[in-house]
Amino acid sequence: MPASESDILQGLAEILQEVAGVAPEQVTPEKNFIDDLDVDSLSMVEVVVAAEEKFEVRIPDDDVKNLRTVGDAVDYIKSAGVAA
Amino acid sequence: MSIVLPSGPAGARILSLGDYRPTRVVGNDEIARRVDTNDQWIRERTGIIERRIAGDSESVADMATEAAAKALAGSGLAAADIDLVIAATCSAQDRLPGIGTVVAGRLGLDAPGAYDLNAACAGFCYALAAAADAIRTGNARHVLVIGAEKLSDITDWDDRATCIIFADGAGAAVVGPADSPGIGPVAWGSDGGRNDTITCLGTDPYLRMAGPAVFRWATTSLAAVGRRACELAGLGTRDLDALILHQANLRILDSLVRSLDVRDKVIARDIVDTGNTSAASIPMAMTRLKDRGEIASGDLALLLAFGGGLTYAGQVVRIP
Ligand SMILES: CC(C)(COP(=O)(O)OP(=O)(O)OC[C@H]1O[C@@H](n2cnc3c(N)ncnc32)[C@H](O)[C@@H]1OP(=O)(O)O)[C@@H](O)C(=O)NCCC(=O)NCCS
Repeated sequence: MPASESDILQGLAEILQEVAGVAPEQVTPEKNFIDDLDVDSLSMVEVVVAAEEKFEVRIPDDDVKNLRTVGDAVDYIKSAGVAA
Repeated sequence: MSIVLPSGPAGARILSLGDYRPTRVVGNDEIARRVDTNDQWIRERTGIIERRIAGDSESVADMATEAAAKALAGSGLAAADIDLVIAATCSAQDRLPGIGTVVAGRLGLDAPGAYDLNAACAGFCYALAAAADAIRTGNARHVLVIGAEKLSDITDWDDRATCIIFADGAGAAVVGPADSPGIGPVAWGSDGGRNDTITCLGTDPYLRMAGPAVFRWATTSLAAVGRRACELAGLGTRDLDALILHQANLRILDSLVRSLDVRDKVIARDIVDTGNTSAASIPMAMTRLKDRGEIASGDLALLLAFGGGLTYAGQVVRIP
């Protein structure tokens, strides 16, 4: 069964805490990874890799650039999970 | 008639280490005067504060000779005791003669086997494996293993994606026979499907690198190589005293420290004031940790490297 939006959000919060030290309560859909959460392009690669594993999806490098906010990532993972 | 093979010792170990660091220090601000970058960006993305760059007339062979002389002196052996020289490099100025033979000539070694090996940044780990195998099979008794690079020659100083990380230097080890093995089996391999991620092609004088792709590969695939190197040696990563990773980028290092669960161990962070010196980075970092007393004789260190090819290799060693 594909993960629900709130499951994905919670999973992302765990990953962001582990990889980039972001406090979980900061992780809300409207937050921009770079500007609001201080997650730079290299941390973003690690977040994406951890998300691929956690949610069993593929997120190619070319798509990573388009994931600007937490909400973008949730939506992407949700639809990628359905497609898989 | 059958061919007779020699018998060798139970294993091999590193007997001594040496490094050579060029005198010219190049800070991030100097780089930022040439390309559009800044000190903070370079520090945050790579961990590098400054690097060493060789002089115009200083060659890979010159730096290799300095490091090798130091290692040889530390081993207590005579020049004539060295019967094999393996030099790992991907930036030698000359195709011929090879760096190994030049060093052998300059140090007055007595007709050793000598060859160069190109496995990019993983070169030192490959060379160390070859040295340990040569000793164990009886083909050699004392091997001089060198990693030496002058990457500044093949760096495009107008390309901010590469000129911020690459640097120059050399490191060396003397390897000899041991009753109790001090060099574990090598976990090595390559991924030819990623040929294009780090290149220095015949048609282009410079190193080119797909930085994000390399970062992604290293942070996802390298930990398994490190774990395998430990398993092959009959150890777990918790048994290690130190991690000496190829000094490619501090962010890759931090990620590996997490995934290998070695946060509380000694971690080589030589890149901060040395930059990325490809095949020289591991012996340089190991020499410095030892010289500064941060690791002790007998400690177990995981050496782990990756580079253009992609090539990768790792093995557990005992610090001399
Ligand atoms: C080289 C490396 C530091 C680049 O960092 P990165 O975050 O991946 O950089 P990207 O190429 O994704 O670029 C991210 C942004 O920073 C910019 N940028 C790249 N290099 C820059 C520099 N030196 N200074 C300032 N900004 C830079 C890019 O233009 C890009 O900006 P944009 O999104 O506005 O276009 C990094 O990829 C790396 O170190 N990878 C591993 C390489 C390695 O280990 N090689 C070892 C070989 S042995």
